[in-house]
Amino acid sequence: MEGDAELRNLYQEALLDYYQSGAHKGKISASDFYSHGINPVCGDELEITMKKGGDGNIAQIRYAGHGCVISQASSAIMAESLEGKSVQDALSLVSAFKDMMLSKAAPESLPEDLEAAKALEGVRRFPTRIKCATLAWNTVAQGLSARGKSEFKEGA
Amino acid sequence: MLDVRRIREDFPILSRTVHGKPLVYLDNAATTQKPRQVVAALAEFYERHNANVHRGVHTLSDEATALMDAARRKTAEFLHAPKPETVVFTRNTTESINLVAHSWGRKFVSAGDEILLTEMEHHSNLVPWQMLAKEKGARLRFIPVTEDGRLDLAAAPGLITAKTKLVAFTAASNALGTLNPVPGLIALAKSRGARTLVDAAQWTPHYPTDVASWDCDFLVFSAHKMMGPTGLGVLYAKEELLEAMDPFLGGGDMIERVSWEGFTPNVVPYKFEAGTPNIAAAAAFSAALDYLSRAGFAALHEHEAALTKRALEIFAEFPAATVYGPKEPGARGGIVSFNIEGVHPHDVGTAFDLEGVAVRAGHHCCQPLMGRLKVGGTARASFYLYNTMNEVEALGGALAKTAAFFKRPAGVK
Repeated sequence: MEGDAELRNLYQEALLDYYQSGAHKGKISASDFYSHGINPVCGDELEITMKKGGDGNIAQIRYAGHGCVISQASSAIMAESLEGKSVQDALSLVSAFKDMMLSKAAPESLPEDLEAAKALEGVRRFPTRIKCATLAWNTVAQGLSARGKSEFKEGA
Repeated sequence: MLDVRRIREDFPILSRTVHGKPLVYLDNAATTQKPRQVVAALAEFYERHNANVHRGVHTLSDEATALMDAARRKTAEFLHAPKPETVVFTRNTTESINLVAHSWGRKFVSAGDEILLTEMEHHSNLVPWQMLAKEKGARLRFIPVTEDGRLDLAAAPGLITAKTKLVAFTAASNALGTLNPVPGLIALAKSRGARTLVDAAQWTPHYPTDVASWDCDFLVFSAHKMMGPTGLGVLYAKEELLEAMDPFLGGGDMIERVSWEGFTPNVVPYKFEAGTPNIAAAAAFSAALDYLSRAGFAALHEHEAALTKRALEIFAEFPAATVYGPKEPGARGGIVSFNIEGVHPHDVGTAFDLEGVAVRAGHHCCQPLMGRLKVGGTARASFYLYNTMNEVEALGGALAKTAAFFKRPAGVK
């Protein structure tokens, strides 16, 4: 694939839409879970806040922080995909997403709930950018596992 | 004038393609490419002379030792250092600074002392001093950076006090391209009795260095940013300081005599070079210094200044781009650090890469400085002797294309 086609393949329309939409961006003040993530490669930081519903499921997820198209769009997709899920289901979706990003599983085998995450498949060919895509997912998983305040750092 | 066409023939890597486009290598401030002559010197060492230094009583060991000695002599000449023994070989600039912090700092810096740095230091000229300051209870102070990315020289005299033990500063900023007034800063430090360390990592590849006339106490740089191999750094220090400093790492080669109870250190500079050094890299660095001297700093500077001038013109015509650092071409080297409005530097880096244009993107190991400039990071193009005017135009092309690609009508769904 040559440069131009590769640029469009990496930054798919759907990804740019998520980046631009600002959906799920923000901070929940009285959050049940809080998680802070950092990507040491670029120094970008991400704050994820979550609110539980009466059924114990994740009712609301918000992300805050400055980042590239890939990390911001991935954060929005993560929030959209995990809202309404139980903690257990959310964690298994995170694993499924990471398996796809790390090329352990094909994008076609992603669960239906992660349909939107297929827009990130192009990132897999850019090893230096995979961490931009996984940061939000690793950070949220950390928050869910810790059930409180947590810190996550992508391995450098 | 540089014969760039001929120079490029010495760098086979420059004729490769990336993502189907010709490579435009503009990440020279991170590391430069190596000419055939340097690669050949590496191969020749391993194919003809490979042996350990200072130990074997055999021909190959003598040859390896001679190559290492020659590299030290050549490096000393390059720096206008008084003696080859004032040149210590390390792994890189970072290790050279850590050596000074460890061997000089731990001995001569005490609680309450001050170390003066600048706000534009690379993490490698910041973190070792933070570690030392924490251990000793010393205080770090910083010469501020102005809005246009220069050192606030008016503030500097007030920051040097009777407690200042060391003024450590970069000669040329890796993040902004700013060229600092090295002799003036050294003179100021000396007038207050402080020692000086010059981080010349971004200086030695582009400008003549004269430690004798500068009269600095320490000067550090890396071979790989000036066409030499990776894995070789240099520490120049005044002989009396090297004599007074404690050894760095312990082990073979740095000792004169060892008993069960203790050791006596070897003479300078070997006392700081424990273990088998990077002999092949030293031999190849000689070839890099020869290459640089054939090109000549005057011609090199003229060439880089022309490329930088054109790059700055291109950026100036581009309202969506912000360039950091001094506006006057004379105050900056061949580095253009920039952002495209609304586009994260890493997206810029990837989009440029897909055009074949290699630039650095991120905080450039200067996180506090980025905070000072109120940016998360920047993208950075940096030039060297083999870059062409066409490549600067390709940089402009990538800039226009990237800005257009990421600029989408607001609210599109």
